[in-house]
Amino acid sequence: MIKLVIQRLALGCLLLLAASALIFFGIEILPGDAAQAVLGRSATAEALANLRAEMGLGRPAIVRYFEWLGGVVRGDLGVALTNGVDITSALADRFSKTLFLAFWAALISVPLAIFLGLLAVRFRDRWPDKMISAITLTLISVPEFIVGYVIMFFVAVKWQLLNPLSIVTANMGVFERLEAILLPVLVLTFVVLAQMMRMTRAAILNVMESAYIETAELKGLSRFEIIARHAFPNSIAPVVNVVMLNMAYLIVGVVVVEVVFNYPGMGQYLVDHVTKRDVPVVQAAGLIFAAVYILFNMFADIISILANPRLRHPK
Amino acid sequence: MSKELDHYSNEVAKGRMSRRDFMGRATALGVSAVVAESMLATSAQASTPNKGGHFSMGISGGESTASLDPATVTNDVGQSAGRMTGDTLVNVNADGTIDPRLAESFEPSEGGLVWTFKIRQGVKFHNGNTMTVDDVVKTLQRHSNEDSQSGALGIMRGISTIEADGDSVKLTLTSANADLPYLMSDYHLVIQPDGGMNTPADGIGTGPYRITSEEPGVRYAFERFEDHWDPSVGHYDTAEILFINDETSRTAALQSGQVHFINRVPPRTAGLFNRAPNVEVRATAGKGHYVFIMHTDTAPFDNKDLRLALKYAINREEMVEKVLAGYGEIGNDLPVNETYPLFDTEIPQREHSLEMARQHYEASGHDGSPIILSASEVAFPGAMDAAALFQQSCQAAGIPLEIQREPSDGYWSEVWNVKPFCASYWGGRPVQDQMYSVAYLSSADWNDTRFSSPEFDALLIEARAELDLERRFELYSQMGYLLREDGGLINPMFNQFLDGTSANVAGWENDPNGSMMNGFVGVRTWFS
Repeated sequence: MIKLVIQRLALGCLLLLAASALIFFGIEILPGDAAQAVLGRSATAEALANLRAEMGLGRPAIVRYFEWLGGVVRGDLGVALTNGVDITSALADRFSKTLFLAFWAALISVPLAIFLGLLAVRFRDRWPDKMISAITLTLISVPEFIVGYVIMFFVAVKWQLLNPLSIVTANMGVFERLEAILLPVLVLTFVVLAQMMRMTRAAILNVMESAYIETAELKGLSRFEIIARHAFPNSIAPVVNVVMLNMAYLIVGVVVVEVVFNYPGMGQYLVDHVTKRDVPVVQAAGLIFAAVYILFNMFADIISILANPRLRHPK
Repeated sequence: MSKELDHYSNEVAKGRMSRRDFMGRATALGVSAVVAESMLATSAQASTPNKGGHFSMGISGGESTASLDPATVTNDVGQSAGRMTGDTLVNVNADGTIDPRLAESFEPSEGGLVWTFKIRQGVKFHNGNTMTVDDVVKTLQRHSNEDSQSGALGIMRGISTIEADGDSVKLTLTSANADLPYLMSDYHLVIQPDGGMNTPADGIGTGPYRITSEEPGVRYAFERFEDHWDPSVGHYDTAEILFINDETSRTAALQSGQVHFINRVPPRTAGLFNRAPNVEVRATAGKGHYVFIMHTDTAPFDNKDLRLALKYAINREEMVEKVLAGYGEIGNDLPVNETYPLFDTEIPQREHSLEMARQHYEASGHDGSPIILSASEVAFPGAMDAAALFQQSCQAAGIPLEIQREPSDGYWSEVWNVKPFCASYWGGRPVQDQMYSVAYLSSADWNDTRFSSPEFDALLIEARAELDLERRFELYSQMGYLLREDGGLINPMFNQFLDGTSANVAGWENDPNGSMMNGFVGVRTWFS
């Protein structure tokens, strides 16, 4: 078990290294550089040259990459090329906001999706099942920015119940923050609900064909009890995989929702810096995103192993 | 007296309409100036600004890469932040005259070759220090010395020495310039302690607000600076700028009252938006223009007849109506219009004429191969639509125009000023000299039409040094005729600035120098 974790971690580090190289040289290929992006159209040749020299863009790409890598190994992410802000502290702030949003969205959507999945199995092929599928599939089929705008229009503009923008500042209390992120949490829940619900439903239905379910039925257990106590624990592995995938999505893939509700998370931060060719920031953010995916995947694997006696005690 | 005029005079009193606009409307309604003035006087008593409140601005055009260093500001957020926290030596008024700010007065000598700015005394920086002549000198030096990264470097180029002279700053130019004071109003040239040599991005200036929180890409927060030298500005207790780049979110935020001001109201929905309660769309005729530019030194655009054919083929009215939804004025293939001082309104408007287009196209002897127009939506909002309209009207005149869609990322470095025929925009400058100097002088930094006319250059240099206004007007008029006929600029439309405010925002004035009251919305407005 421990050996497996260590193996996966080592592999993860290699993946991170590969990802950082890909990101770095990917940005190098893009037209223009940070100096040009910062000065914009009004750049004169002299100003460009001066800024390039200050940013150190004159040196070969490979040298800059290894310098950056050396810094990361020492735990120093450097400063942003564009505005000289310390990347570690800026990222920590943005990342904590992203986590805050993702945490609440997951806290609502994961239990809700699993419960709806169980409910759908209980009433399989009857109207509650069909309704749950229809509603969640409709919500996932509409692009998230449209869902966002529609909710914003009714809740914020028409009925004026909440503010349309999720502005979160340092001096806000927890409840104020929760109120501010209510709308994006709602939209994110809609976006991730369907896949988790459908997976729960499918995995349980798969198990429901087994002989021990028949035994449980003959024993006289109620239908919901059978699903919750016997079928669900045995279908946990595929469900956990999908849950982890969606949680990773909640952290790295929410840029559209961030833009719609103007929420200051990682997504917008990354996009801004890509347009400005701010390599160190993009690298750092890319590393974090890659790490999130790798960690969640590892987590899902470990839970699958723990949930499966045959994998837990290999012969 | 008409009810309408009563309504307008109340609007002035509430600060929703400027005095100049009112006089214009009054004249249009056939009321004599004397009567109109007296009407204003009665309702103006209620117009003293209220102090207090929290003013929230939702502004598009900023990123998390933003810095408060005035030298690297390129967008609306940075410009407004600079206006809130700092002052320049002078400002340009809405009517094109100059308002002395940190310079108390200024005067030319040696025929416009030397300019002396008398610096205001007793002005405090937010850090408690008193502004000195030295701070001013150093600021101007930082934007013009050889390792400057400033966006103002281009306009500072004509200044050869900057030196302190008692309580004044003396600028010596390489050649005489009658418009030099206008250059000092540039939003990059915010006076900073020690010229911002050491800590350019700390946001400390002499402005009416001091910055209290800086989160690039999210929010800047401000509070009133009680020691500000000019009590007639800075009416809110606190203010904030929220970075809102999504236009639907921005308009929703204004409608719901979460913010009191937004910039860049989308033209297509501005009419509908204006009908919403508690919201007012402020449309300002300005100097910005959406254009198509041809390199006059590259075939086939080096042919004057071909250029004229394209100029006649474009349907200006249709573009203003469809691309700008009516929020604009037609252009006349010049980068300047009547909002500029000394503009000759007698220069005839070029009309849409397929007949003329056909004639010039035939005269050009073009071989009939497709003429490629590069365009992208980032050139200006609606650029692809405008290109398509242009293509259609060219087709009607028998000109084979073809649109090449370019990627928006990298457009300003790979397409604009590189490809010979592309869509673009210009933001305008305070005076004609500056507009022509940045882009139409043959040696200009951004001569994006590769326009090279010794005659035009000579006129521009002569006009720049000319202190006699009538003569300058004459020279600018000649230049206008020349460029309109010969230049590589196809200017179908001047776009209006579209801003939105809550109905309770008073003190608004339409300022053709820039959107957001030229950036001063947070500085000069108040809650009624």
